[in-house]
Amino acid sequence: MVRVARALLVSQVALMGEYRAEIALWALSGLLPFIMLALWRQAPAGAALGLGPEGLDRYFLSAFLVRQFSVVWVVFAFEEDALLGRLSPYLLQPLHPLWRYVAAHLAEQLTRLPFAAAIVALFFAFNPGAFWWPSPGRLLLAWLATLLAFAIGFLLQSLIAALCFWSEKASALERLLFVPFLFLSGLLAPLAAFPPGVRAAAQWTPFPWLINFPARLLAGLPVDAAAGLGAQLAWIALLLPAALLLWRAGVRRYTAMGA
Amino acid sequence: MAGQLLRYGLTLRLYALTLRRFWGTAIAGQLEYQLNVLIELLAAAANLAGSLFILSLFFAPSAAGGSSPALGGWSWPQALVVQGIYTLLDGVATTWLRPNLGAIVTHVREGTLDFVLLKPIDSQFWLSLRTLSPAGLSELALGLGLIGWALPRTGAVVGPHQVALALVLLAAGGLILYALWFLLAATSIWFVKTWNATEVLRAALTAGRFPVTAYPPGLRLLFTLVLPVAFLTTVPAQALLGRSSGGWVAGSLLMAAISFALSRSFWRFALRHYTSASS
Repeated sequence: MVRVARALLVSQVALMGEYRAEIALWALSGLLPFIMLALWRQAPAGAALGLGPEGLDRYFLSAFLVRQFSVVWVVFAFEEDALLGRLSPYLLQPLHPLWRYVAAHLAEQLTRLPFAAAIVALFFAFNPGAFWWPSPGRLLLAWLATLLAFAIGFLLQSLIAALCFWSEKASALERLLFVPFLFLSGLLAPLAAFPPGVRAAAQWTPFPWLINFPARLLAGLPVDAAAGLGAQLAWIALLLPAALLLWRAGVRRYTAMGA
Repeated sequence: MAGQLLRYGLTLRLYALTLRRFWGTAIAGQLEYQLNVLIELLAAAANLAGSLFILSLFFAPSAAGGSSPALGGWSWPQALVVQGIYTLLDGVATTWLRPNLGAIVTHVREGTLDFVLLKPIDSQFWLSLRTLSPAGLSELALGLGLIGWALPRTGAVVGPHQVALALVLLAAGGLILYALWFLLAATSIWFVKTWNATEVLRAALTAGRFPVTAYPPGLRLLFTLVLPVAFLTTVPAQALLGRSSGGWVAGSLLMAAISFALSRSFWRFALRHYTSASS
């Protein structure tokens, strides 16, 4: 079991290492939180949030970091594998194919790490006033929350990926998932800026737990850690059986492309 | 006799089956397409709704009261005009730029660029306008609708003058956008896999959703001179609102001319380095 996991991870890290330049560009394409930070810092509405200028800086930097390490692309990889027929040998192996994608994602995050660190260093170089060290407890909690956020995102996309068994273009559906994620997760505006009604409604979707909650933990802003982790675990408890069931139903009707 | 009948029957059945398969896949393909168009429409509408929601957060009535809130000196309906122009240009990118310029990468990788170059037609023209993706048309319509809704609410007097100037500046903005995309796509002659550089461009261009005056001075300079986002949305919006100045108009036209000339000469330069797929 451990040997399988190690072999899978080592091979995926080597594979991702070949795509360093591409991954650096992906890391760079996550700059959106910094654009939004520039706006929020200038706008009077930003001052009304009560986070203070450092609080805003730290929130958006944390949001950037959380996003970097919870990016999910399983539906695109899976769709390609299913269309090109690479899925068939994977299904024969005594290992759930989803594990292969989990390993690929973790390896990609590892490859991303130096680029993300460089962007953070650049941010502090321009903005030394915002520098902070999260307390070890907060850092651990934030890491855990980011990992859970990645798990939720991965399960959500696996649900859509499983639809590839029925439709050849299931990745188009991913857009319908990405749009509410973009606006409700807290990537563009901290949830504290939302009107109370919208905020309360958003809390019932998985999205704020993907960025807003881990980012607040990392930034050292006041946050109810127990409630947040509880919500994340609840979403995983809901999504995991759903994804596995849908996957199993899909495999049963899978006949390989062209058959 | 019976055997021959059986053979006829089998052939007939085979034809019927094949025909059913043909029509089945054709209909399925069509349905898939319709579904995709529906999804794109839904996503575009949701995307616009989300953008408007985020924009509205900047206009939240402050607890202290005072003057009506503004973003970089732009009122809510004025900022909506900027947002509408952004949606319009994003629709242009989805409809023409992404499907056409995305294909350049494939042409380079698979060597089919040779066939394009052999055609007795300008290769940049062929590569830039070959196909069209109807998915972006919904964004074009939404953008136009938003501009049409917001413009009367700004209180600006919009005459034919303003509209004509805005159209010229919008065309200039479109040309700049095209040149940026094309420059990036052309680098695939050397690097082949530069397609996600366009993702970086897309992320950076979202800065154009907001009036450029809403950014701090350093970024304002960056978005005007280095990554000319200001000319894409803010300058045409200013023209529509009757707030444009000669300097910005001249700057926009100059930037468009330079970007287009640059994209032409860069393409020629890139082709000199093109060595086809297998060599």
